[in-house]
Amino acid sequence: MNPILVIVFAPLVAAIVGGLGNRALGNTIVKSITTGGLFLSCALSWPIFLGSLGGSMDATVVPVMQWVQSGTLSFDWALRVDTLTAVMLVVITTVSALVHLYSWGYMEEDPDQPRFFAYLSLFTFAMLMLVTADNLVQMFFGWEGVGLASYLLIGFWFRKPSANAAAIKAFVVNRVGDLGFMLGIFGTYLVFQTTSIPEILEAAPGMSGATIGFLGYRVQTMDLLCILLFIGAMGKSAQLGLHTWLPDAMEGPTPVSALIHAATMVTAGVFMVCRLSPMFETAPVALGMVTIVGAMTCIFAATVGTTQWDIKRVIAYSTCSQLGYMFFAAGVGAYGAAMFHLFTHAFFKALLFLGAGSVIHAMHHEQDMRYYGGLRKEIPLTFWAMMAGTLAITGVGIYWLHAGFAGFHSKDAILEAAFARGTESGSFAFFVGAFAALLTSFYSWRLIFLTFFGKPRWAASEHIQHAVHGDRHDHPSDEHAGHDVAHHVPSPDHSDGTAGYHPHESPVSMLIPLGVLTLGAVFAGWVFSHAFLDSGEFWGGSIYYNEGLMHAMHGVPLWVKLTATVVMLLGLFAAWLAYIKDTSLPARAAEQLGPVYRFFLNKWYFDELYNAVFVKPAFWLGRQFWQKGDVGIIDRFGPNGAAWVVAQGAVGAKRFQSGYVTSYALIMLLGLVAAITWVLF
Amino acid sequence: MGFQIGFPILSVMLAVPLAAAVLCLFLKAPAARMVALAATLADLALGIVLWANYDVGGAQWQFTERANLFAGFQYALGIDGIALMLIVLSVFLMPICILASWESIDKRVGEYMAAFLLMETLMIGVFCAQDLFLFYIMFEAGLIPMYLIIGVWGGANRIYASYKFFLYTLLGSVLMLIAMLWMVNVAGTTSIPALMTYDFAPEAQTWLWLAFFASFAVKMPMWPVHTWLPDAHVQAPTAGSVILAGVLLKMGGYGFIRFSLPMFPDASAQFMWLILGLSMAAVVITSLIALVQHDMKKLIAYSSVAHMAIVTAGLFAFNVQGLEGAMVMMLSHGLVSGALFLCVGVIYDRLHTREIDRYGGLSINMPKYALFFMLFTMASIGLPGTSGFVAEFVSLAGVYQASSLATLVLTTGIILGAAYMLYLYCRIAFGVQKNADAAAMRDLNAREWAMLAPIAAAVLWMGVYPESFLAPMRKDIATLDIRLAKVAPAGDAKPKEGKPHAYPANAVHHESGDAASATRDLEAH
Repeated sequence: MNPILVIVFAPLVAAIVGGLGNRALGNTIVKSITTGGLFLSCALSWPIFLGSLGGSMDATVVPVMQWVQSGTLSFDWALRVDTLTAVMLVVITTVSALVHLYSWGYMEEDPDQPRFFAYLSLFTFAMLMLVTADNLVQMFFGWEGVGLASYLLIGFWFRKPSANAAAIKAFVVNRVGDLGFMLGIFGTYLVFQTTSIPEILEAAPGMSGATIGFLGYRVQTMDLLCILLFIGAMGKSAQLGLHTWLPDAMEGPTPVSALIHAATMVTAGVFMVCRLSPMFETAPVALGMVTIVGAMTCIFAATVGTTQWDIKRVIAYSTCSQLGYMFFAAGVGAYGAAMFHLFTHAFFKALLFLGAGSVIHAMHHEQDMRYYGGLRKEIPLTFWAMMAGTLAITGVGIYWLHAGFAGFHSKDAILEAAFARGTESGSFAFFVGAFAALLTSFYSWRLIFLTFFGKPRWAASEHIQHAVHGDRHDHPSDEHAGHDVAHHVPSPDHSDGTAGYHPHESPVSMLIPLGVLTLGAVFAGWVFSHAFLDSGEFWGGSIYYNEGLMHAMHGVPLWVKLTATVVMLLGLFAAWLAYIKDTSLPARAAEQLGPVYRFFLNKWYFDELYNAVFVKPAFWLGRQFWQKGDVGIIDRFGPNGAAWVVAQGAVGAKRFQSGYVTSYALIMLLGLVAAITWVLF
Repeated sequence: MGFQIGFPILSVMLAVPLAAAVLCLFLKAPAARMVALAATLADLALGIVLWANYDVGGAQWQFTERANLFAGFQYALGIDGIALMLIVLSVFLMPICILASWESIDKRVGEYMAAFLLMETLMIGVFCAQDLFLFYIMFEAGLIPMYLIIGVWGGANRIYASYKFFLYTLLGSVLMLIAMLWMVNVAGTTSIPALMTYDFAPEAQTWLWLAFFASFAVKMPMWPVHTWLPDAHVQAPTAGSVILAGVLLKMGGYGFIRFSLPMFPDASAQFMWLILGLSMAAVVITSLIALVQHDMKKLIAYSSVAHMAIVTAGLFAFNVQGLEGAMVMMLSHGLVSGALFLCVGVIYDRLHTREIDRYGGLSINMPKYALFFMLFTMASIGLPGTSGFVAEFVSLAGVYQASSLATLVLTTGIILGAAYMLYLYCRIAFGVQKNADAAAMRDLNAREWAMLAPIAAAVLWMGVYPESFLAPMRKDIATLDIRLAKVAPAGDAKPKEGKPHAYPANAVHHESGDAASATRDLEAH
């Protein structure tokens, strides 16, 4: 049997067995089955990836079964493996396996563990179907499958109204993107008469000058199709405009945030654009849109990230911002760099999230960084893991040595590519991306300084107070009804800001994933940068490899190459100044920059805007159509009107039945005259 | 007279429930239930035999039976793939309906079962009648048992609902009968297969089409003649809702595909935008209405209107995908909305209220129920892997070839559909347990499990391997597509080839420098 079948279907089998077995099987068995399934998938994925490093790898397609055949519209279930898929396979299965393992510790006291693990495995299956798709419809299957899993996992603590609201929001906002994706598939089928990805990519260049009608306009065929498909990518990858669901998705348990909302699902949009890169290369307008939207998302999310207090939200906005980098890299044609950043980002962002989970775990569900501080000494292993993640995301490295943490290699490549591309949108993306890198450095170090440095500020936290005063949270709906790692010893002296609370380091099942991901965050860039960036051989035709652009990247001026490092240092300095040196500075700055600060703090008011423009009017319109339309007009003049007419008619008929013989006679006479007239003439 | 499998299977399928219906009238409740279940299971078995023996790709009309009755009136039966699938849907849902009524109906059980069995005979009759007037009788007589089921065993406001149901559907029927009389007069035959290839004069087609439209649009139901449906559903007992949504609504779609499209192709093309317009309005308006409902059954009823609008739009896209997608949508919706009404019935039987707000947190005390409900919710939303997706995707792919605008508007249904269904699910199954009585409800029992599990299996089967359902219909739809080809509008997309670009958009020509974008990096070099 082909290993890819095991890789993809092992998580599905595990999810079904675990989900349906649930309490009958018990926690340990379900957890073992699902985690074991994932480690099996992971073990089988790495050889495929490592094999692809050796040089060009031929695409193989393993057919599974027929799906739909309707006229010329036909698509099958099939698993495609090429280099691009191989990259995604290791990212998905590695992070997923580690997150499964991490959840053993993190979810230990949750009453609903089998359900959680089944959902995680189900997600992994859907994600694997997405990246192995050989046709657009199967990709859409995976796309919606991960959406379902994301919905279920965001709403995992379904007793919490905020979790339910976030889950619905995630699904519905994604559906807006899916509208674009579906129309894109319809259009693609109409133009190419197929949904097979290789066939479309082959035929796409021949269509590059073609036009098509849409909503009464004539437009460039390929631009239209690519823009529609990209709208789908915007939804899934939380790009500006359709990003509002991602921060709210942090309602889900933290391992979910690491797996779905950082490392894998949200990168599906980037994967899609790269998978279809030869198609996007025939659509200059669409590529311009990808570049601009990516750059705007990048800066938008970075500005918001600098002002948030919730540790998970900071990382969520950071994810959103990093996805923006990947998109504008794709937009300028550096698909290899986009995929490389996707790859390194998966490791360091999963690390940051799992590290944040470890902090939250230690701090008894407290997520507000204002109540952290000084945790460096309390949870040193988590601290060093988070440090590695931060060094990676901010792109620390030494240019002359070509050595640095993961993000150094991938982010620098993206900025260089944007500059080297030389178009207006490319330059825009470069400058915006460079500024966003400064902000990235600032908010990442801000997180570290607020959490791990300074003096403890725990005393003001309600969660910590609960922990200290013994009224444990027994609601499993709370962010991790954790086992009480803090075996607190009431201290007589609380003036140190700790309230007598002693955070403890997380258990081994959580520390192992942190350790593995730390290795990834440190070495993934340095080890793999050559393969991903320096030649098209590795990709073996699975993406459009832009030879010219790669050469041009090496030729950019030195100041461009050093930009990323310089802004990183500036951001670090600013964060140090504000959160270590002079801790009153942020408050003063916020006051000085009042409106701007509030604008960022309130996430550019997107939620308020959408609420006023879409959500409320939809409910209002629904009520109007129902009460005024259906009841007030259709029923009133339709069936009820008919009833009224009949009733009126009955009144008239009653008048006829007056009981007077004379009137009956008169009517009979009239009838007789009418009948005779009709017969005679 | 030779039969395809040695006996007149269609007549037997009509006779079994009819005989059982008569029998039920004279039986006490427990016996009536058993007889009804046995009869519907027997019909299901016959339906499976029918499907197994259907010759895919063979003659257009199979299992034909014919007997001349008085005055040119014929007892003529026969099915094609389209009818086959709808008959299979009907016989599949019937035993489930009997099970759904097992405990919840406790007065006049014999009469109730008789009404249901009579309904089964009439439904199968509608789909297999090959004589115009036989069809008409079955089609209209189907109203009577449904009218009784709502009017006798329905909820508090049942009289208004059954009156509304009857008034709406009767209005259309009268016009259709007049049109049928005219057609028989002109074409000189009452045979439906013959009429399907008869070319009426285009001017006459317009009037005939409108007369049939009046009847089918109400049955469908299309906006704005849909307002009988929410009331009928709300008042009907659970099994009544299942049959109403599962099969009776399909008679409208069946009418369009059997009569309007093949018999009046010119008029159908002429009225394409009327249908597309009403379908677009239906999707947006009824989805928004579904969003603000407090009553579970009303919400699902409104969602039915939105889903059936995809059927009408697909049918009037005049291409294979539109037609096949519409058929799959009818089958899928029959299963999914039927299952959703069963889900409502399960909790209604326990708490006796349809108010959404009275429930909450049911996944705590009813996890099995919550799983089934989630599956059917997702199928209703059209999640890939369920029948709903195949239906929606294929039919909308067809509509796109006719009009991108209509597709854009109809596809907003996937957003609104997700919103109202997830909002419903969240209020019922998620959140905290607000009411002690809702929290005390027990999970599915074996009978309820036996109702929902087969539908769940069918929904997944149709979602993963719809070929089983598409294959029997393929040839009939291709035949219809050929007949419609001459009138099919061109669609607005009209791809036109142009001169392909010489280079990929992001090509940077490092050495030659012939692309404008490359000059800058050359200088930098």
